[in-house]
Amino acid sequence: MSLLKLDNVSFGYSSTKTVLDGVSLDIQPGDSIGLVGESGSGKSTLLRLLLGLTRPNSGSISFKGAALDPRNAAFMRAYRRQVQVVFQDPYSSLDPRQTVLSIVAEPLRSLKIAGDHRQMVIDALVSVGLEPDILTRYPHEFSGGQRQRIAIARAIVAGPELLLADEAVSALDLSTRIRIVELLKQLSAKMTLVFVSHDIGVVAALCEKIVILEQGRIVEAGATRPILTNPQHPYTQRLLSSVPRMPA
Amino acid sequence: MTTVDQIAPPKRRRFVSLTLWVGLALVTLHIITGLLTLVWTPYDPAGMTGGRLEAPSLLHWAGTDRLGRDFLTQIMIGSRIALIVGTGAVAIGAVIGVTLGLLAAFASKLLDDALAATLDILIAFPTLLIAMLVVAAADTANLGSAIFALGIALSAIVARLTRILTKRVLLMDYITAARTSGTSWLGVVFRHILPNIWPTLSVSFALQFGLAVIAEASLSYLGLGAPPPNASWGRLLQEAQGTVYTAPIGAIAPGLALVSLVIGINLLADGLRDTIDPTRRAR
Ligand SMILES: Nc1ncnc2c1ncn2[C@@H]1O[C@H](COP(=O)(O)OP(=O)(O)O)[C@@H](O)[C@H]1O
Ligand SMILES: [Mg+2]
Repeated sequence: MSLLKLDNVSFGYSSTKTVLDGVSLDIQPGDSIGLVGESGSGKSTLLRLLLGLTRPNSGSISFKGAALDPRNAAFMRAYRRQVQVVFQDPYSSLDPRQTVLSIVAEPLRSLKIAGDHRQMVIDALVSVGLEPDILTRYPHEFSGGQRQRIAIARAIVAGPELLLADEAVSALDLSTRIRIVELLKQLSAKMTLVFVSHDIGVVAALCEKIVILEQGRIVEAGATRPILTNPQHPYTQRLLSSVPRMPA
Repeated sequence: MTTVDQIAPPKRRRFVSLTLWVGLALVTLHIITGLLTLVWTPYDPAGMTGGRLEAPSLLHWAGTDRLGRDFLTQIMIGSRIALIVGTGAVAIGAVIGVTLGLLAAFASKLLDDALAATLDILIAFPTLLIAMLVVAAADTANLGSAIFALGIALSAIVARLTRILTKRVLLMDYITAARTSGTSWLGVVFRHILPNIWPTLSVSFALQFGLAVIAEASLSYLGLGAPPPNASWGRLLQEAQGTVYTAPIGAIAPGLALVSLVIGINLLADGLRDTIDPTRRAR
């Protein structure tokens, strides 16, 4: 059964402009999917819908067969435990007034997950390659890459099945980016990953499947390798031609 | 977009702490004086313990008023009144203002616009004028109604600031992350918004404390403040008006007391603004 299924989903922030137009997508457990498109193509908006922050104007989204309904509090609590997100900007995504412990433990606290939260936070920190002794420190004490690791720790602390990442490495410098991609790759072995990026090169290195979004429409989707070697849609060809060297 | 952690070293440190310390010293002096008057004053505040309008002497450091009461005693009690008024008005203004500001920031665009416009109009009126209207409407002049009136007047300023600060925080990804972590809106307010807007708000509260103290003195000067047993500096100033040439101390002493508290609180606010965790605000 699909983990997450979008059926003909359309959405616009205003009635005059359509941002997503008839998007259908089937995410299977264990997938690692790269969602690629130029800036403004609607990638972040699609993630907002998947996170239940906004509802589609038409079409349906279902999680393990059950309709995603942001107004159903009980459903959303279970859903949030299963679906977590990492954002682009590691400066804006961590509350500057909270300690690392408090930041990473937020899903555990808010979703009332049982267990030793402190230990669960330590485990999450270790699994993203951070030292467990940073619990009482504040975000400003860390570099961009470390902050992104903290954000990833928060996303995986409750043991989600699906991890969404919105341009999660785009704000990082090259060497940090490679290490965070490496970390996400490790994590994608344990959970389903939807990795959003305008950078098809990074997606190629990380994801087994690719979905190409152009102005709110999916123009091409499938396994990564055939799409990279033999892109069908002119938009995909254009995206690829803007990448200087393809990774092996 | 940068990935380097830049923690700017706090500059102007020596100067900042001087401002902070002078402010703190002045405010502390008034607090100690105000508390002291609860248990001790040099003379009985109502007692006619000297001649009328005596000049300052060893017995009466600030002289006596036109009824022969010790003037220093009244100035000291004035500290207590001023602190009560400032604290009370800011507390009322903060509770009402922060609540309104948060509601506006969270409200639909239409309601937010309506609230914002109302606040702008209210703020266009001087605090004192609003307070006078509220006192007039309450039609009994006492300390409580003066505090309430000033609190209402200040709440518009607090509400506008809270609304702007909250809207800025609401744009941050950590708010979205909180929601996708299952945190309720109320939790977002208490765990994320209030802690992040608090530093700026608290500086503003300090400034408004000064505003309230001046406004209360003005109300009392106009006879709209606390009635006689409460020795408000404003009323002392008003009483000294007729004798300002023969006994200038009557106007100078409450004036100095008022100015020192207001300057103290402003220096404190200034010092706070520059020192409130410069490190945690990376970026
Ligand atoms: N909150 C919003 N209100 C109105 N329009 C928006 C909002 N967020 C995004 N948009 C518009 O929706 C379109 C898609 O944006 P977005 O989903 O952020 O694209 P991407 O993440 O692919 O860069 C853009 O045209 C953008 O201007
Ligand atoms: Mg985006």
